[in-house]
Amino acid sequence: MNSEKILEIRDLHTSFFTDKGVVRAVNGVDLEIGPGQIVGLVGESGCGKSMTARSVMGLVRFPGKIESGSIRLNGKELTGLTEKELRSLCGDEVSMIFQEPMTSLNPVLRVGRQVQEAVLVHNQSISRKDARKQVIDMFERVGIPEPEQRYNCYPHELSGGLRQRVMIAMAMICRPRLLIADEPTTALDVTIETQILNLMQQLCRETQMSVLIITHNLGIVAEICDYVYVMYAGRIVEHAPVFELFDHPAHPYTRGLMASIPQIGRNPEYLHTIPGVVPNLLHLGEGCAFAGRCDCAVDRCSRELPEMVHVREDHASRCFIISDAEFS
Amino acid sequence: MKQVISRLASMVIVLIGVIALIFIMLRIVPGDPVTILLGEHYSQETIDRLTQAMNLDKPMIEQFFYYITHAMRGDLGVSYTMKRPVTELILQAFPYTLRLALMGVAFAWTIGLISGIISAITQNKATDRLFMTFSLAGVSLPIFMSALLLQYLFAFRWKLLPLTSSGSLVSMILPAIALGWNSAGTIARISRSSLLDVMQADYIDTARAKGLSKRAVILRHALKNSMLPVITMMALQFSSMMSGAVITESIFSIPGIGRLATQAIQNRDMPLLQGTVLFTTVLVILGNLVADLLYSVLDPRIRKAV
Ligand SMILES: Nc1ncnc2c1ncn2[C@@H]1O[C@H](COP(=O)(O)OP(=O)(O)OP(=O)(O)O)[C@@H](O)[C@H]1O
Ligand SMILES: [Mg+2]
Repeated sequence: MNSEKILEIRDLHTSFFTDKGVVRAVNGVDLEIGPGQIVGLVGESGCGKSMTARSVMGLVRFPGKIESGSIRLNGKELTGLTEKELRSLCGDEVSMIFQEPMTSLNPVLRVGRQVQEAVLVHNQSISRKDARKQVIDMFERVGIPEPEQRYNCYPHELSGGLRQRVMIAMAMICRPRLLIADEPTTALDVTIETQILNLMQQLCRETQMSVLIITHNLGIVAEICDYVYVMYAGRIVEHAPVFELFDHPAHPYTRGLMASIPQIGRNPEYLHTIPGVVPNLLHLGEGCAFAGRCDCAVDRCSRELPEMVHVREDHASRCFIISDAEFS
Repeated sequence: MKQVISRLASMVIVLIGVIALIFIMLRIVPGDPVTILLGEHYSQETIDRLTQAMNLDKPMIEQFFYYITHAMRGDLGVSYTMKRPVTELILQAFPYTLRLALMGVAFAWTIGLISGIISAITQNKATDRLFMTFSLAGVSLPIFMSALLLQYLFAFRWKLLPLTSSGSLVSMILPAIALGWNSAGTIARISRSSLLDVMQADYIDTARAKGLSKRAVILRHALKNSMLPVITMMALQFSSMMSGAVITESIFSIPGIGRLATQAIQNRDMPLLQGTVLFTTVLVILGNLVADLLYSVLDPRIRKAV
């Protein structure tokens, strides 16, 4: 069973050791991705989505550190690998796309060369010419018009959408088993967003690649994800297949998120927002981090941390109201 | 090309402005060059004759145009005190200054860059602290202090290098270090902070996510970007190198442009002073132009704008 999983994160703790104290950005996250699955990771800003992804890629910056937990990629444990061993996997078996296509490409290198570099670093035997050809083929596949000319462009000569396509080409060129996309479309306008999402979905289907897509946009989740994890203040509070989650959200936070999606036909004046703000990760109490903002909170919530409880077979939530048998 | 021409045009304007400024300043400061030149016991007639010969009786604007038109032909006048063409004196002194400046710049750039980069890579470790202490010393010590310190240690105490300079390569080492230390310190600090800055950039994450080793990330992605502000700094250092050369040359008695300028000031030798200042200005402006061109070679975003 385990060996089938492409990515398997167990009880991951990643913290920032700052002058003011320890910021627990990722506080015991469990997450699984199967082959060919598109999994969403949603949650408010600052809840630790990016840090979860960066922990996988070994990109947590000082003063941050993976404290404990296990990250398995294709069954291979990543924590405890040397920097060199980890780098040989990154870009090859797992790759990542970042939020800002404007700043994620090196401004002083031609985009083609930047993608070619990914080929060369993981395949020492390939010639530069063949690598270049691969890059141009890949550019074509991700829908970059006139790939030969674009190869020699600098990032500032391309539009945001094209740059993100270059990033996708770079991430895909070594045919990784897993692609992590950290808010890949947040910086793009809506039409480009749809194109990019469709492209990722199509590439995923063609290559049987798994995708972890990080977003705070539930619309994107509904559109392309198979399975969703909902994150709040460093913890996963609910996970379920996408339809299940939208039909039967179990955690009060998830329900709040659903209610705050604007819908056509609904009076925008009644647009629901979750009251209160995300708690400071520096001063987390004992209990459920959402208790302070929760309508259903009882005394127990702020004292005790609820366990992850299964609502259905592949749907679980971290809330007492479920264990108290609101769901069967 | 069009931009290069407009750059050259603006250089000419700067040059004319500088000449005008020197011209006015030299005529505001008290003391009449003719009487200084002649000493005390000369008749009014001689003074008048000389004033006329030196064009000092003409209106300032006319003197100015006379000077500029001649300067364009390479004629900077005749030194009052040395009785020789200023151009000739400058060309004779220039090789010494050039050698000093080049050695100083070479020292400043290589040592500054290398220690800045090593410091950044070994951030907050012992090597970083050591390099940064040395560069802080370089930045905060005025040239005459570091020159005296170097002379005391290397020439007087350890007798490794000559105290003054004849212009030979070995005797130029101490002056070059004295001159370059300050710039080396500045460049080290700028390149360190610039590299550390660039290492925070998103595209560094992209490079690492792609699987590049730390070394490849620094060499291929960080270094070139981090050099952009450093190069501007290097050009500015070149200008301060010219003014530093004046002091260094007098401390180590090197017969360069700097010493020529000091002599000119002491003797109120107007043509000589004008000539040396004009010459250095041209050097500084050319230095800045080279830096801009280099900058645009490194940064494709401004390649079209230069
Ligand atoms: N260098 C740092 N020092 C201290 N805390 C940090 C640092 N970097 C990130 N954090 C903390 O880690 C937490 C998680 O950050 P992360 O970037 O993972 O959030 P996110 O869920 O991706 O948010 P967003 O949607 O805004 O991208 C944040 O609350 C932030 O305060
Ligand atoms: Mg983020």
